[in-house]
Amino acid sequence: MKKVFRLRGLECANCAAKMEREIGKLKGVREVSVNFFTTKMVIEADDEMMADILPATEKIVKRIEPQVIIEKA
Amino acid sequence: MKKRIWRILASSVIYVMAMAFNKLPEDIRFILFGLSYIIVGWDILWKAIRNVLRGQAFDENFLMGIASLGAFFIGEYPEGVAVMLFYQIGELFQDYAVEKSRRSIAEVMDIRPEYANVKKGNSLVRLDPDEVVVGDIIVVKAGEKVPLDGRVIEGNAMIDTSALTGESVPRDIGAGDEILSGSININGTISIEVTKEFYASTVNKILDMIENASSKKSESERFITRFARYYTPVVVIVAAVLAVVPPMITGWSNFNTWLYRSLSFLVVSCPCALVVSVPLSFFSGIGAASGQGILIKGSNYLEALARTEIVVMDKTGTLTKGVFEVQEIHTKSNISKSELLELATHAESFSNHPISLSLRRAYGKEIEYSRVKDAKEYPGHGVLAVVDGKKVLAGNNKLMKKMDIPYSEEKVPGTVVHVAVDNVYCGYIIIADEIKDDAVKAVNMLKKSVNHIVMLTGDAKSSAEKTASELGIDKVHSQLLPADKVAKVEELMKLKSTKGRLAFVGDGINDAPVLARSDVGIAMGALGSDAAIEAADIVIMNDEPSKVSTAMKIARKTLKIANQNIVFAISVKIGVLLMSSIGLATMWTAVFADVGVTILVIINSFRALR
Repeated sequence: MKKVFRLRGLECANCAAKMEREIGKLKGVREVSVNFFTTKMVIEADDEMMADILPATEKIVKRIEPQVIIEKA
Repeated sequence: MKKRIWRILASSVIYVMAMAFNKLPEDIRFILFGLSYIIVGWDILWKAIRNVLRGQAFDENFLMGIASLGAFFIGEYPEGVAVMLFYQIGELFQDYAVEKSRRSIAEVMDIRPEYANVKKGNSLVRLDPDEVVVGDIIVVKAGEKVPLDGRVIEGNAMIDTSALTGESVPRDIGAGDEILSGSININGTISIEVTKEFYASTVNKILDMIENASSKKSESERFITRFARYYTPVVVIVAAVLAVVPPMITGWSNFNTWLYRSLSFLVVSCPCALVVSVPLSFFSGIGAASGQGILIKGSNYLEALARTEIVVMDKTGTLTKGVFEVQEIHTKSNISKSELLELATHAESFSNHPISLSLRRAYGKEIEYSRVKDAKEYPGHGVLAVVDGKKVLAGNNKLMKKMDIPYSEEKVPGTVVHVAVDNVYCGYIIIADEIKDDAVKAVNMLKKSVNHIVMLTGDAKSSAEKTASELGIDKVHSQLLPADKVAKVEELMKLKSTKGRLAFVGDGINDAPVLARSDVGIAMGALGSDAAIEAADIVIMNDEPSKVSTAMKIARKTLKIANQNIVFAISVKIGVLLMSSIGLATMWTAVFADVGVTILVIINSFRALR
C-alpha cells in the first residue's frame, strides 16, 4: 500500500533526510521518501502494518521537526 | 523570512559597533557582543535545548550553539557572534533557495485545473474536476484550462499545449478532435464530451509524476544521505578528542588553543550544503526537462540517461511518422502525374483501406463521387472502378497479373500502387512511411554523445535499410517480432561498459516489454497514450526524436552539477577540518567556508534549471 502525505512547515533538508532514514527503519516499511522540495512524503508499506506505521511516523516527524503538520495529500 | 532579515541586520549593526569601538571597556564590549548574539541566535539556542530535551542531540542547532558559546567561553567574542550570524545568513539563503525552487515547482503545478463548467440541462454548473464523470459535457471558454480529457463535440479553437509538450505553437482543434486536459483554450468556446475521469486524465498523471519523481533516488543522492549520516558524528567525535587529548599530553595550559580548534570543527559539522544541493540539482534537472515536454520519473533515470552509451530506437512511429504518405508518382504513358493521382484516388474512393486514405491526403481536393461508377474491391489486390467512363485499375502486382496487364516490377521500399486505364498500364504510385522532420538531426545529435545507435524494426529488410541509410544509422535489425526486440536488446546490453547504460526509444504502443527490459525506457509521442506513460521511465510528450538528445544533455548537465557540488563541498569541508586541526584556519575561515560553500552549491544547483 502506498500513502502520500504533505508535511506542511518542513524547514530543513537534513531533517527531511533524518525522517526518511528513521521511518525507513520501521517494521513493514518497504520504501519511504520525504521530498524536501515538494514537502511530500510517500510511504510504501505492507497493508497489515500500515495501522502501526502511521502513528510511529507521526511521532518521528514531530520529534525531528515539531512545527510540521502532517496532512493527507 | 522578513523577521530573520531584520534580526540579522540589527545584530550586524551592533556587531560592527562592538568591533569598531575596540577601546571600550571589556565589559561593555561583552554586553554589545552578547546583545548581538542573542538577537541573531536565540531561536537556534532555544531549538537546541528543546531538541536535546527530546533526545535529538547533535543536530545542527546544538552544534552551532556549542561552537558559538564555546568561543565566548574562551573569550573570542567576535568569533562567537560571527558563527551565529553567518550561520543565520546561510540559513536565510537556503530558505530563499528552497522558497524559490518550491515556487518554480508550483509554477509547473499551475497546470492543475481548478474547475470544470459542466452542462446540466440548459445551464452550466461549475464543478470540481474530481466530480465530473465520463460522458458529461463540459464547456471550456477562451482563456480557460481544459480540465479533463475528452472529445470536442462543438466549436473551434486554438489551443496551447505548451504545458504538456513544451511546444509553443498553438494547435487548431474542432469537432471530433481529441483534447487533453492541461491544454489552454486561447480563443473560441468549445464543448467537450468527457472521456476520462480526472484521476485518469493527462494533467493529473503528469502532476503525479513530477511530484513523485524524487522517490526514485539517484546514486549521488544515496551517497549524500549515507555521507551525511556519518559525517556529523565523526566530526563531533574528532572535535571532542581534539579538545581533550592533545592538552592531556602536552599540558592543560594549551587547553584554550585546542578548544578553539575543536570549536572550528563544529562550525563545519553540518552536512547541510550537500543535503540541500544534490537533491536540488536533480530536482532542477527534472524541472528543466518537464519544461521541454520531457517527463522523467525519477532522478535515478536522469542519472542513467547521463550514462547512456547505447541508444536503441524503434523505427515506425519513433524515427518515422508511422503515417503512410504518397512519396513518388511515376507515369509510363502520356498521362500527367496529377492525372494519374486523380484517377487512382477516385478509383479507390469507395475503399476504407489505408492506401485510399493516403491517396486522398496526397490528392488534397474534394472527391467527386459522381464521376465514379461500378467500384469493385478485390481484397488483397486492389480496386476496379469506372472513372469518367474509363475503366481504372489500381492495386498491387497481384492485381496486374490477375488482369493480365504488363507492368514494371519496382524494387522500392513501401507499397506500390500500379494504375492501369482501359487495360493500358499508366504508371505507379509509391506510398511509404515518412521520416520525421527532425529525425536526421536527432541521429546526428545522438551520434556525438553515445557509442552506438541501433535501429530495430518489424519491417522488411529493404525498407529498414533505406530508412537507416537516410538517417545515417549503421546498425539495423529488421523483421523483428516484439519478442525478438527484447532478445536483441539483451544482446546489445553486452556492448556497454560496466557503468554504461542502454536506452530504448519507442512509441510505447507495443514495445512495453522492451521499455521495461532496457536500463532507460523512453516513450515518444506519449501525449494521450496511458500505456506509454505507464511503461516508460522517461516520457517525451510530443513526437520529436531530437528530444532524446535534449533530455540527455539536461541529464549530463545535471549530473555534472551534482558531482561538482559533492566534490567542492566535501573538499572544502575536509580542507577546513585539516587546517583547523593544525591551527592554520581560524574560526573565521571555518564560518566563511561553510556558509560560502552552501551558497555556492545552491547557486550552482540552480544552473540545472536552465
